[in-house]
Amino acid sequence: MDLFDSIFFAKASFIGIIFAITLGIAAYSTYFERKIAAFMQDRIGPDRAGPFGILQPLADAVKMFMKEDFIPANSNKWLFIMGPCLSMLTALMTSAVVPFGDTITLGGVTFDLQGIDVNIGILWVFGIVSLGVYGILIGGWASNNKYSLLGAIRAASQNISYELAMGLSIIAILMMTGSLSTKAIVEAQQNGHWNILYQPMGFIIFLICAFAECNRTPFDLPECETELIGGYHTEYSSMKLGFYLFAEYINMFISGAVMATLYFGGYDYPGIDFVTAQLGATAATLIGAGALIGKALAFVFIFMWVRWTLPRFRYDQLMGLGWSGLIPLAMFNIVVTGLGVLLDQQILIGIGGVVVFIAGIVVYDQLFVKKKIA
Amino acid sequence: MEISNIWYFLSGLTLLSALMVVLAKNPIHSVLYLVFTFFCISGHYVLLNAQFLMAVNIIVYAGAIMVLFLFVIMMFDLRKNQPESKSNLTKLAGSVVAGSLLVVLIALVRQNNFMSPKIEGFNSQTGMVENLGKVLYSEYLLPFELVSILFFVAMVGAVLLGKREAGERNF
Repeated sequence: MDLFDSIFFAKASFIGIIFAITLGIAAYSTYFERKIAAFMQDRIGPDRAGPFGILQPLADAVKMFMKEDFIPANSNKWLFIMGPCLSMLTALMTSAVVPFGDTITLGGVTFDLQGIDVNIGILWVFGIVSLGVYGILIGGWASNNKYSLLGAIRAASQNISYELAMGLSIIAILMMTGSLSTKAIVEAQQNGHWNILYQPMGFIIFLICAFAECNRTPFDLPECETELIGGYHTEYSSMKLGFYLFAEYINMFISGAVMATLYFGGYDYPGIDFVTAQLGATAATLIGAGALIGKALAFVFIFMWVRWTLPRFRYDQLMGLGWSGLIPLAMFNIVVTGLGVLLDQQILIGIGGVVVFIAGIVVYDQLFVKKKIA
Repeated sequence: MEISNIWYFLSGLTLLSALMVVLAKNPIHSVLYLVFTFFCISGHYVLLNAQFLMAVNIIVYAGAIMVLFLFVIMMFDLRKNQPESKSNLTKLAGSVVAGSLLVVLIALVRQNNFMSPKIEGFNSQTGMVENLGKVLYSEYLLPFELVSILFFVAMVGAVLLGKREAGERNF
């Protein structure tokens, strides 16, 4: 019973900490999103609430709670409430299999810095991502508004299309690691053998799919305001709208953490042996968890950077890119990775594959695409 | 807590949500109950120590197929396309057919004592990904490849059906 108590305590406190960190980062992502947008557009951005506007997320939260919580008369009431809840639930569930570090021992209690260590970790991520669309789909339909419905349907077809390319790009990693467990994938990348060196093409495919799965610009067609008013959340107000917006930022952070786990060595960082020798294993593991969160935040910055740099796709371009661009590319990547594993020359063939691919595009472009006469 | 209590709870939940799929008036509610049923079945897979089947069940059924179901049903105008309620004769015929099917099934199950796997010598790790993969790619290689050919044919068929024919209106 004592053992059960300590495991239960360790898991519960770890999950609570991750929950708090995720919510805090999501709240401050909204602040930094506006600051970065302001910087790119040569403005100042939020600067009224507190020094440098640092209290802006709190002010926003108060505003969200104070607004009228409106439910349209002809909507399906329970499904209308369920939509944002499901979005939030699926956004938060993915982080369960992200390994934030090895075990640490504090005060006689051993903390395993991973929610659940299952041998199907990456399939869990994949399953929860595929469920993420339910929140949007249900909310959009229950609003009983044609713009919401169009937004919801766009979100659903976009998610289904990009899931395929995402799954295919993960398969290349599984071929190299030989395990579905996220922990095993991270352990295979220790000491600088990060997967980005072996899988540059797979990483780019995964990154693009992550943009599409998070409904971020340039793929934010479901909430495209020039065509659909507000998209799937047109009818939402108050904290229900807040949940939808919040779920998007949580998704960004978690997908950044997943990308760091799969391609950027997870909790690995340069000089880990030196830190372990100087400060002990606990400090080294905690710095590793910090490194993982730092990498995830770098990805969140890339999400924002792209949002304020690139214009939005057209819907048929989006579908064309997903089905006839990324899926064949991901299959090509699988073949290249298979060749690399077979010949035991993974870096060489991984980079060679990219070079062959770019050369192929250039040749095709020169031969078959007619140039417009300027 | 006894593990069998979890099993009873989960089975009750599965049956209840499966019943609601049939009884719900609104098709959207039916689909959502069906999704919930798939989750309960995934829970059963976890109890059987088959995590891989659990994840695949969620990805394929709850994540992909049911989204498409929901997608199609949302395109309908539900208020216009309400199915008119069936006549009493149809209801009676339906219940007689379903009842006799139930009787036949129960008789079948009672007649044949289904072979349950022996407890001794049973490997509890059978459902793990590694073991499942080894079995699929060695003992059951031919059926596995045949299934993949079947999927390929279905995929080609779907692409052909979805293809726009020459001269068709381009929206």
